[in-house]
Amino acid sequence: MNLWLIPILPLLGFLINGLFGRRFSKPVVNVFAIGSVALSFAWAVKSLVGLSPLETKYVEHYFTWIQSGALNISIDFAVDRLTAVMLMVVTGVGLLIHIYSIGYMEHEGGYYRFFAYLNLFMFFMLVLVLAQNFLLLFVGWEGVGLCSYLLIGFYFLEQFATDAGNKAFIVNRIGDFGFALAVFLIVRQFGSLDFTRVFDAAKGMPNETGAGILTTISLLLLMGATGKSAQIPLYVWLPDAMAGPTPVSALIHAATMVTAGVYMTARSAALFTHAPIAMDTVAVIGLATAFFAATIGLAQTDIKKVFAYSTVSQLGYMFLGVGVGAFSAGIFHLMTHAFFKALLFLGAGAVIHGLHGEQDLRQMGGLFKHMRITAVTLLCASIAIAGFPFTSGFFSKDAILVAAYERAPWMYWVGVLTAGMTAFYVFRAWFLAFTGEYRGHAHPHESPLVMTGPLMLLAALSLGGGFINIPHWLEPMFAEKAENQTLAWLSAGVGVAGILIAYLFYVARPGLADSFSNAVGGLYKLVYNKYFVDEVYNATVVQPVVKGSRAILWRGFDAGFIDGIVNGIGARSRGIGGILRLLQSGNIRSYAAWIVLGSVIVLLAIGFAGGAQ
Amino acid sequence: MTLLDAVIFLPLAGFLIVLALPKDSFEAIRRFSLAASVVTFILSLGLIGPYWFKNPGKFVFETDLPWIDSPPIRYHVAIDGISLWLVILSTLLTPICVLVSWNYIQKHVKQFFAFLLLLEFGLVGVFCALDFFLFYVFWEVSLVPMYFLIGIWGHERRIYSAVKFFLYTMTGSVLMLVGIIYLYNQSGTFDYTKILAGLQSGSISLSYQAQLLLFLAFFGAFAIKVPLFPLHTWLPDAHVEAPTAGSVMLASVMLKMGTYGLLRYCVPMFPTAAHNCAGWIVTLAIIGIVYGALVAMVQPNMKKLVAYSSVSHLGFVVLGIFTFTQQGFDGAVYQMLNHGISTGALFILVGFLYERRHSLEIADYGGVATPAPNLSAVFMITMLASIGLPLLNNFIGEYLVLQGATLVYFRWTVFAAIGVILSACYMLWLYQRVFFGRASEDLGHHMPDLNFREYAIIVPLIVLMVWMGTFTQSFIPPISASNAAILEPMREVHVRNTPPVQRRAGKELADAR
Repeated sequence: MNLWLIPILPLLGFLINGLFGRRFSKPVVNVFAIGSVALSFAWAVKSLVGLSPLETKYVEHYFTWIQSGALNISIDFAVDRLTAVMLMVVTGVGLLIHIYSIGYMEHEGGYYRFFAYLNLFMFFMLVLVLAQNFLLLFVGWEGVGLCSYLLIGFYFLEQFATDAGNKAFIVNRIGDFGFALAVFLIVRQFGSLDFTRVFDAAKGMPNETGAGILTTISLLLLMGATGKSAQIPLYVWLPDAMAGPTPVSALIHAATMVTAGVYMTARSAALFTHAPIAMDTVAVIGLATAFFAATIGLAQTDIKKVFAYSTVSQLGYMFLGVGVGAFSAGIFHLMTHAFFKALLFLGAGAVIHGLHGEQDLRQMGGLFKHMRITAVTLLCASIAIAGFPFTSGFFSKDAILVAAYERAPWMYWVGVLTAGMTAFYVFRAWFLAFTGEYRGHAHPHESPLVMTGPLMLLAALSLGGGFINIPHWLEPMFAEKAENQTLAWLSAGVGVAGILIAYLFYVARPGLADSFSNAVGGLYKLVYNKYFVDEVYNATVVQPVVKGSRAILWRGFDAGFIDGIVNGIGARSRGIGGILRLLQSGNIRSYAAWIVLGSVIVLLAIGFAGGAQ
Repeated sequence: MTLLDAVIFLPLAGFLIVLALPKDSFEAIRRFSLAASVVTFILSLGLIGPYWFKNPGKFVFETDLPWIDSPPIRYHVAIDGISLWLVILSTLLTPICVLVSWNYIQKHVKQFFAFLLLLEFGLVGVFCALDFFLFYVFWEVSLVPMYFLIGIWGHERRIYSAVKFFLYTMTGSVLMLVGIIYLYNQSGTFDYTKILAGLQSGSISLSYQAQLLLFLAFFGAFAIKVPLFPLHTWLPDAHVEAPTAGSVMLASVMLKMGTYGLLRYCVPMFPTAAHNCAGWIVTLAIIGIVYGALVAMVQPNMKKLVAYSSVSHLGFVVLGIFTFTQQGFDGAVYQMLNHGISTGALFILVGFLYERRHSLEIADYGGVATPAPNLSAVFMITMLASIGLPLLNNFIGEYLVLQGATLVYFRWTVFAAIGVILSACYMLWLYQRVFFGRASEDLGHHMPDLNFREYAIIVPLIVLMVWMGTFTQSFIPPISASNAAILEPMREVHVRNTPPVQRRAGKELADAR
């Protein structure tokens, strides 16, 4: 099937635009950038059609990457039903966002650079989902992190953008540290990194009651996932990542890259399901992140920050699903989330674009009459994320919550509460932006068709995407979970309640929100400032490491202690130094003399030693 | 006379011819040096031949001629899969250093290029010599030109740095010389292959005490050269003061003399002592990995930053060697080459910046990406290689080393892997401060983008970074075969000679593999 074409095409786009793009006109850049992704999408569709119904995994072997002793790691790609879902989401949503970017980036500098990075991202993301072993997955894993770094810092003249890029890269590296250790342990335990071999061997192992090797490996993998997918405690980079252009936030920091952790966990289900402790940890981290990030989302005033915390929160749902064993529900939500969250960001981008860069919700309002398509499509995304009945979010979120109820009812209730908050903050943003009177000073206008077209397609997917029955499709890989209509309707009801409260606060009784936040002043301040987590990390980790390295290690130990000793010895040998200094004249004769002298000493020494024998 | 002899002596011939050229004809001197080093490089590529076809783990291109009759010193050279790539690394970087110094060196031009070729002679020789005396001669021959490169063409504190470099290394050399002489007294020969065979068969028998002392003597010399924490403080000073070409040769090739020595001599000859000392050596290596990275993080000077990062990277090499596993060995050798390419490239790029702005202080830069986008792009790729991004070269070496370490003892790996996090910190912060942000007007005017000569220097290195990260099978098989040849007898000797307590650990190791 030549699966390699799927990632290689965007890589070619990257190489062409990266090397020559500066000399191309924008349409030429578009041809390579969008054309390569379109072809990649087409080839993915063709391959999947050719391989359907894909009951078993299809593997292609290319060449040996690393061979050392008994360890052999190949470049192998594979497609199974899980990868099929990811392929469609990545290439499909990716293509729409590429098209949208033509309009969004129209007036930005570094046009070719933007698309080159975006194509490079597609390459790495596709390697990630196609990989058939852990190390190749890690290639994609680190590669998407690199592209994320490059695109967050796209506006590299601004300090805050490059700071955010560095933060993303370094925090992800901390997660990758765990991932890498897991990879080392997998080789030690299974002698291979190949998915089929590792998972077949893992399936034959008993469930671990304590902290055995599978639990260790799974928890280390989870550490990687918390970095990439922005979960507690490593979620801090994602809100800052909004410094990048908005299409980047949609593609990388909402629809695809940040879901890689969920994908990887589902991929490694054979390891996790044998490690109950790790599974519970996944579920608890997911639930805690979902709840915690949603509370922060309640009080943000930057439209992109609202959606960023919403992404963190929704990713938490996916981990909750995976952690309670509902892998297919987690992947289902991954897909629907890709639709509606990409749409939320692209819609936000259209608003920002129409307002010439304004992101503050307090400077918006009444935009409905200026940008109707954007407003309506954003409304579709908002009801989908709120879990309104029969929208895509309704199906996928409830699949997770029902599964959580079976694991432990309290998880369900926390999840439902979070769903209410989600509905509230998304509609808060929508009402603040589109209803009431315009509070800003720009001249709002609707975006061109190249941007609204993708919005409309994504709106259709957000509404109807729930009818793509992913849990059923994934049934050969992950057992389907029981349904519970009562619980599903209950959580949908809470979502509607969230919408109504938002309506009450921001449309019906606009003063209510302020008086409420004043009433709980301290709490509001805490939430508004994101619980001061960044400040705590900075004070307890970053500053001590940097200052300690400077004062104690470098100035104290290196320059002070070791060199103190060395210079002390050196001072005594100043006589030798004086002789050596004569040699720095560059005079060849003196140099030759030195060689001869040295040789003579050595020969004498040997002669002496030989004689002593 | 084999091809290898030609590769060894061509630089020496070049050195002599440059000396004979008139000292004012700068252009002729530069062109001749370039031609000589390029021809040497092309010839050295022929050395790959036997490995390409048969892939042996043993020595090829062997020449064994008497040099001095009494004591019996022989000109005995050959290469195996390990020395093969180190020789090619040396012959590759010499022409690159000639190009790097083309405009950079304006005083004593003739002497500079002469020393560069002499340095190549010494370095190539070190990696081929199989006679201890010959090895020692090459070792010292390489030391002397480097001393002058720093001492004459360096920056303000060059004398202090050159002397520090010289004294540090000489201290180690003297230790090694004592070891060599002791071995000669025991065996009556300087020939490495004979001594090794004797030690392995037991016909040269050393008490454990003697073996340990000999190991420490050789280890001392090599550890200073690597440099292993806490013997590293000569390195930052030497790098900061050296001209670009000096830094490149020093970091890329000379440091590998130490790790090569560990792998070629220390470990195979004294396996029991090596195993017994592995605990504290690995501890030092890991301290070096983390310590080097932490100190690099707070450096205000670009060259010092890269120098401390070398301490960190070389720690991985030592760690790999002292896991005594195939993966650890392969990763260590690969990491020597990777570090040679990517850190060499980093020093070259820092040199490019220096030639434009005449400062090594990070604070004097900022916003370089705007006036010089291509320079920024190649720096970015080099930086990514250096921090071990997959599909670039360093990743493979670090992966294999840490994989080997995991097979033996997982907790080592945990601490060593912290270095991977920290490398991202210091490199990204460096890049941000130098390349991102708004360029001052002054900087904007003095920051032209890469010129043709600079492309010719850096593009081959970038290509190698990608090639070595993706198609590792072009490079690793000869290394693996030679490492297996070193590991195999060592394991037997080790099991025979070690006391029972140690043997358990050794068995675990062998099983883990």
